[in-house]
Amino acid sequence: MLKYSLPLLLLLLLAACRKDEPAAPFSGPFLPANFPAPAYDLALNPVTEDGFALGKKLFYERLLSRDTTIACADCHISYAAFSHPDHATSHGIDGLFGKRNAPAVQNMLWRTSFFWDGGVPNLDLVPLNAIQSPVEMDESPARVLEKLRAHPEYPAMFKKAFGSEEVNTARFLQALSQFMAMLVSANSPYDRFVRLEPGATLPAEALEGRDLFAQKCGTCHATDQFTDQTYRNNGILNDFTHDRGRNEVSTLPDDIGKFRVPSLRNLTATAPYMHNGKFKTLEAVLDHYAAGVKDSPTLDPLLRQPDGSLGIPLTADEKTKIIAFLKTLTDDDFLRDERFAE
Amino acid sequence: MQKFSFWYLTLLLAALVVPACKDKTDDELTGFGDVEIEFDNRAGDAALVFGTEYTNAAGEKVKFSTFNYFVSNFVLVKEDGTEYVVPKDSCYFLCKHDDLESREVVLKNVPAGDYTGLKFMIGIDSAKSVSPITERSGVLDPAAGANGMYWSWNAGYIFVKVEGTSPQAPVDPGTGENTFQYHTGLFGGYDSPTLNNLKTVSLETHHGDEPAKVRRTGGPHFHLYVDVLEMFSNPTNISVASNPTSHAGAYSKTVADNYADMFVLDHVHNP
Ligand code: HEC
Ligand code: HEC
Repeated sequence: MLKYSLPLLLLLLLAACRKDEPAAPFSGPFLPANFPAPAYDLALNPVTEDGFALGKKLFYERLLSRDTTIACADCHISYAAFSHPDHATSHGIDGLFGKRNAPAVQNMLWRTSFFWDGGVPNLDLVPLNAIQSPVEMDESPARVLEKLRAHPEYPAMFKKAFGSEEVNTARFLQALSQFMAMLVSANSPYDRFVRLEPGATLPAEALEGRDLFAQKCGTCHATDQFTDQTYRNNGILNDFTHDRGRNEVSTLPDDIGKFRVPSLRNLTATAPYMHNGKFKTLEAVLDHYAAGVKDSPTLDPLLRQPDGSLGIPLTADEKTKIIAFLKTLTDDDFLRDERFAE
Repeated sequence: MQKFSFWYLTLLLAALVVPACKDKTDDELTGFGDVEIEFDNRAGDAALVFGTEYTNAAGEKVKFSTFNYFVSNFVLVKEDGTEYVVPKDSCYFLCKHDDLESREVVLKNVPAGDYTGLKFMIGIDSAKSVSPITERSGVLDPAAGANGMYWSWNAGYIFVKVEGTSPQAPVDPGTGENTFQYHTGLFGGYDSPTLNNLKTVSLETHHGDEPAKVRRTGGPHFHLYVDVLEMFSNPTNISVASNPTSHAGAYSKTVADNYADMFVLDHVHNP
């Protein structure tokens, strides 16, 4: 008996010692087993502890805006999966409102395009848009770099992250990407359940909801990212003069009114919903699909039923179950992760 | 004896001359030289001067304040059709009218030879347009060299940027001025096809002129005329009254089709 308990004791002691250690060693982004390989090429920009720290500081940095009033984190808030909760569209500099809802910034490593219209193909290029946008930060990236070069702390942080004090475009953008690369949400009850983790279960209602979801929603909200990453018109509007969606970048008439299918993770933290923040609740979203779909030339064919009616047939019971399922996609570990909060 | 010495002398001469001749051609056509290309901006028959009034094909009075363009992917063509392609790492140039130096492009280390053709692209090819941020330095750096020539919301470079004022153009509520603005880009899309406004320019030395001679000791100077007014005509007249602005929309195709022929070869200087 003693033969076994001695090593055990040692192990326990060791475990106790670990408590005094400052923090767990830095490990890069969480690459969950239920996700495919990332679309972002991490080999071109390996995430390091110092790069992540620099990226985080930049994400919370108001110097990135023309008048030092707005940081990325003002529209992308950690406890809301880095979306802008309660804001249909986001107000940026000078209180100006953009025309679109700020989406969650999560699982960006698996995305093949960015923004509601897919105007940007690479995560590294995303911040240039936010910085230059006259309704967001209204600043020239060139001036941002100048401000960072003149700053008392940044050159040293660039040195730690990239080996020298040089502040250049690529490093600045790659640091922000390193921060955003770490924002992986894959520990919801649903994830633990599909990874067959010990003790992970889902309520019966949610399990039924999962099947209904797969039938009725899963073509568009596909895979464990809950998006097939295409652009579609889901009938929330029939007049797109205010915002033509995908057409604004592709110029193709077929793309008028199409927007990227969004992920459905952490929905309970990211209301309101849709590119224009049209719906405040999940009930309203389900009611839309059941009975509110508006017709227009580019409406997705999946939302036209054989009998000519529009939308997705859903009973009250089915709606409740689907919502129960959607709620299992909320990842509290991610929403409360202190590594990401200010 | 006489006979012998004649042959002897001829042989001797031949021995001296032939290798000398051979040496000379070798010398001329080996090694590398630099090619200079001058982009001389014009407005019709006149040199382009910002703030000076010109008349476009639609008969409108136009004054220019910006005229920038990206040129890239240079190729030099020999008479027999063989091509020298300028390497990717040194084939991107941004010419700005108000920066004379930027309009004197130098292609370095071109193999010696006689060239009769020059080809290049207006804009930035699709591969470069989607390349990693670490491969976008100099004029391709969106936050430095390409400042003002990059769309961050529809990620890509502005190939040609023309701005100015005209009494016929509508008043811009922002500035209170009668302005026109043509920012043309779009490389064909990175995931699904979109408009592709990339244009290739193919120029040839004039018939009867000497070819452009690249030698170890020096290279030719291509003098190009770039006529901004060409953007307003052929095949479609563009009116600053009815289409005062064009950015990343469908109309940009009209603009690009028009400017595709604004580059002409005026002449080549050999060293
Ligand atoms: C004023 C509010 C605001 C600020 C400040 C802001 N954003 Fe955004 N962000 C938005 C909006 C709105 C969108 C969606 C815009 C669109 O799709 O056209 C967005 C989209 C994004 C996306 C794409 C998400 C997706 O699903 O495609 C990322 C990533 C992002 N922002 C990161 C940043 C970073 C990094 C910064 C700081 C450099 C920043 N944002 C600053 C409002 C803001
Ligand atoms: C035809 C494809 C398609 C189908 C089927 C579909 N959706 Fe969507 N969904 C979309 C698109 C596209 C959007 C974004 C539309 C926009 O903002 O303009 C969206 C947005 C949403 C949003 C808002 C998410 C956010 O972050 O703003 C929710 C929630 C949602 N869908 C749930 C569902 C549910 C539940 C079903 C099944 C009942 C469903 N969808 C079926 C395409 C689809």
